[in-house]
Amino acid sequence: MSAIAVRDLRKSYGSVEAVRGIAFHVERGEVFGLLGPNGAGKTTTVEILEGYRKRDGGVVEVLGVDPANARGEWREQIGVVLQSSAMYDTLTVTEMLRLFAGYYREPRPVDEVVELAGLQEKRDERVRRLSGGQRRRLDLALALIGDPELIFLDEPTTGFDPRARRNAWETIRSLRGLGKTILLTTHYLDEAEQLADRVAVLAQGRIVASGTPAELTGAVPATEIRYRENGREIVLETDEPTRVLHDLTTRALAESRELEGLQVRRPSLEEVYLSLTEEESE
Amino acid sequence: MRLFWHELKGELLLYVRSRELAFFTFLLPMIFFVLLGSTYGDDTVDGVKGSKFLLAGMIGYGAISIAFAGLAIVLVIRRESGILKRLRATPLPAGAYVAAVLGAFLTAFAVEVLGLIVLGRVLFDIPFPDRIGSLLLALLLGALAFCGLGIGVTALIKSAEGASAVVNAIYLPAAFIAGAFFSPRHFPSVLRALADVLPLTYFLRLIRNVMLHGHVIWSQGTNVAVVAAWGLLGVIIALRAFRWEPHEG
Repeated sequence: MSAIAVRDLRKSYGSVEAVRGIAFHVERGEVFGLLGPNGAGKTTTVEILEGYRKRDGGVVEVLGVDPANARGEWREQIGVVLQSSAMYDTLTVTEMLRLFAGYYREPRPVDEVVELAGLQEKRDERVRRLSGGQRRRLDLALALIGDPELIFLDEPTTGFDPRARRNAWETIRSLRGLGKTILLTTHYLDEAEQLADRVAVLAQGRIVASGTPAELTGAVPATEIRYRENGREIVLETDEPTRVLHDLTTRALAESRELEGLQVRRPSLEEVYLSLTEEESE
Repeated sequence: MRLFWHELKGELLLYVRSRELAFFTFLLPMIFFVLLGSTYGDDTVDGVKGSKFLLAGMIGYGAISIAFAGLAIVLVIRRESGILKRLRATPLPAGAYVAAVLGAFLTAFAVEVLGLIVLGRVLFDIPFPDRIGSLLLALLLGALAFCGLGIGVTALIKSAEGASAVVNAIYLPAAFIAGAFFSPRHFPSVLRALADVLPLTYFLRLIRNVMLHGHVIWSQGTNVAVVAAWGLLGVIIALRAFRWEPHEG
């Protein structure tokens, strides 16, 4: 059974269709990335899966349960990291974790979670005095304290500096090592590429592409060959770069001509992503 | 039930750690008691010793400070910062959470009342109250009613920044007009007309009748009914309009 199964999910706010009939599934133990620009419908989708929002249509199952009818037992199994890292500023890190541990029947030991989140040195610090990155790690720790099966991470590194992002990525990878299923939303492509086993690209409430990061890049077949001739830029797109390049260089050599500014490249995932999400918004 | 006790312990710790709550809702009534008591404590107010009149007034002020103002501000801040939303993602049931929060604020109020009574005994020689049963019932009724109103008023406040402003604009004038600090007898008629609709007015009458005049709570039908009705109104608004999620944007 999949950890998450979504079919034809729809949700509108007034006349705005935020999610327009999307489908995807997440297997147990998998890290799945929902990738898309702001306003694509990522948070709406995740909040429906978390049980915060009612859907207008479609079928949703999370750990075998429809989140719209979820009970406490189901909540024991999921961990949620929201975009805002809300916590009690006056408590210490361990006090905060102990408070939340008490909400679950079989919590993970506080010390273990402190270590997992890399907060050993801050364990007795008041939450108020934590840096942004440390707060975010405590966020993650709070989502882990119930020892959930499935973890939702809504834009876990938005606003981080590059170093803090690397650290957060390490932590998320270690979760995966624990066998947790993770649904991650992000608008950073490299984050999806680094962390996710599979990715769905969301734009304007629709899934415009999905697959492994490698498949997504592979989905655009053409290799691009660029050079300048008489001051004009020539761009050739081809699925047979070897032959085309050979023809091109043979001809140039025969004519004792240099191919000015010659470039051979494959589009990066970033370009695939931009072209996918741009087409959709036109 | 286990979750209720666990959360109650957490809420009490949070209460003690919050300097704002400790000062504005907890210490301030005691400070006013000492200050005003030393100015008119020995005068006769409405037929009783001034310090006794003031003690009952400060208990009413404490109730509206803690149960209404403190609770409303805390809930709005927790809602707007996303703490309530986060709690909803845990197995902690909403009922256990609300009960524990109320439990913590009622505990704070109980300590406040004890503190005021002991202060009155030590500083102004006010004897401990008799009619303990009626007094306890009256205090519980008032505290619950103001909690109801405190939760209800959160529906009217849209931002964390607005919480203190709105709440202070309501409860400080209300405490004054209802006669927590001074006898309302010589207030202008406009203020007295206003006072006639405020729940605190009736709560103060109830407390004064029980504490100062030895009445039992069963004889206080009107006062009990008005306080309870206001509390119920708060609960009805809360049931219809209470939200767990912050206002976006």
